[in-house]
Amino acid sequence: MRNIWTICRKELKSYFASPVAYLLLAMFAIIWGFFFWNAVGIFVSFSMQSQMMGRSMPMDLNEMIIRPLLMNTSVIGLFLIPMISMRLFAEEKRQGTAELLLTSPVRDMEIIIGKWLAAVMLYGALLAITALNFIWLFAYGKPDWKPMLVGYLGLLLQAGALLAIGTFISTTTKNQIIAGAATFGVCLLLWVFEWVAGYEQAAWAKVMAYMSVVSHFEPFSKGVIDTKDAIFYITLTFFGLFMTARSLESLRWRA
Amino acid sequence: MIKVEGLTKRYDRTVAVNAIDFEVDKGQIVGFLGPNGAGKTTTMRILTCFMPPTEGTASIAGFDVQKQPQEVKRRIGYLPETPPLYPEMEVEEYLTFVGRLKGLPSAEIPQRVKDVAERCAVADVRKKLISKLSKGYRQRVGLAQAIIHNPDVLILDEPTSGLDPKQIHETRDLIRSLAAAHTVILSTHILPEVEQTCDHVIIISRGSVVARDSVANLTSRLRGAEAIAVEVTGRNQDQLDVGAVRQKLEQIAGVSRVVLKSSNDHGHHFEIESLQGRNVRADVARSVVESGWDLNELRPVAVSLEEIFLELTASEKATEVKQ
Repeated sequence: MRNIWTICRKELKSYFASPVAYLLLAMFAIIWGFFFWNAVGIFVSFSMQSQMMGRSMPMDLNEMIIRPLLMNTSVIGLFLIPMISMRLFAEEKRQGTAELLLTSPVRDMEIIIGKWLAAVMLYGALLAITALNFIWLFAYGKPDWKPMLVGYLGLLLQAGALLAIGTFISTTTKNQIIAGAATFGVCLLLWVFEWVAGYEQAAWAKVMAYMSVVSHFEPFSKGVIDTKDAIFYITLTFFGLFMTARSLESLRWRA
Repeated sequence: MIKVEGLTKRYDRTVAVNAIDFEVDKGQIVGFLGPNGAGKTTTMRILTCFMPPTEGTASIAGFDVQKQPQEVKRRIGYLPETPPLYPEMEVEEYLTFVGRLKGLPSAEIPQRVKDVAERCAVADVRKKLISKLSKGYRQRVGLAQAIIHNPDVLILDEPTSGLDPKQIHETRDLIRSLAAAHTVILSTHILPEVEQTCDHVIIISRGSVVARDSVANLTSRLRGAEAIAVEVTGRNQDQLDVGAVRQKLEQIAGVSRVVLKSSNDHGHHFEIESLQGRNVRADVARSVVESGWDLNELRPVAVSLEEIFLELTASEKATEVKQ
């Protein structure tokens, strides 16, 4: 446990010692702020319209602002996750510090989990920025906070799974850029897989659609915790971390 | 302290290390000497549990590197060829991190960091970013990192490579001073380094151990034997029979070996080795002149570890060709 924390702390420190973390936070804050501003703008103009027409339709903040924004976040995450995970092992290999880690009395799994945890925590910090925007909704309206919380849980689970895969990809190369590009490709594929479900009913299409990370997030965005989706993310996380462990082991054999 | 038996490491088709055996006793400084690509780094990586051997066993302080890697890792300090440093960290922060990684109790870490920083002369830069340090400082931070948990065994891969002469000198002194408390293995391809820092030497070539002795034995064996270079020519441009000259030289009392270095129509270059403590120069000169030849050159040649090294590693290549 102590070893995991040692690695995790060092990793977080590296994120914040370089411009990586600040760049990600700033980029995310700007993009997400724009999304939020738009969503609120649409909401306001829609409410004005319905007022002018003399109809007072019930307007739902959760349904009209929070849910679509959480769905957007899920997709933006696909673009940011490669930038978070790409350096984890590639950089250690390039700098030669992998030799320090692998010859220290810590288990491979402790190194892997420590690094993965740091990546998840950085992603958590990104999500905290989105929560800052939502505070305004609570200040001027009465959205339901419970489905929102479930949405965040879903985002974290999704990020955990993709970061685990990114960590694995990072062990396969010394070059951060290659690791990042490959992870980005995988993330993108895992998003668009759901499209086949639109025109194909065969078993292979169902499997492909099932692999789509974004479609598993949809229930979460509505505030529904479906065990089958949670299990999907958790399985993917374990798979990614397991592959990372195997890859580190093969690194020892080949290196 | 360190015991290696039949250690072999194969990559795909190449054999990096071929069934090597050696033992290192507690408190020794052992120089691991060999040309580049001889298998030094591979052997060290196996000893540090960085990679498993293909065959054979290695143990440190009685713990097998494959069966009890955690125990082994606790007892070794390792400085790879490039010091494993994080450029974005400060020296003190880095040493603290390594201390934690090596499993030191948190309460002891600040004191240990202070101690090793002073020991390795990096205390004055402890608040500096590692990326801003010079090569010499980086190497010393690397050493500090290796000794922070006071390991039984120190494994140093080319600790002086890339340093300037003054830094090399300082690093060697530092390694010597560490020997009191640790068993040290250091690899190098620089011979004087072994003569100056090590007690024992293991010469490795093409993955096999070709010599293993104490440095004192090796050098005395060599130093005692003085060698002289001689050029003999025939008088009046005569053709000179090599065999005759060689025979004459070999007959001189105190000469142990005569080696023909080069020869042409006019003269022959020989290298003459003499027995320990015998000065044969005067006898050689007299003998040559008395035989009616001209002595064109006569000068002492220093025999160093370099020569035995070259000879050993070269003969190894020769036997391999024969096989």
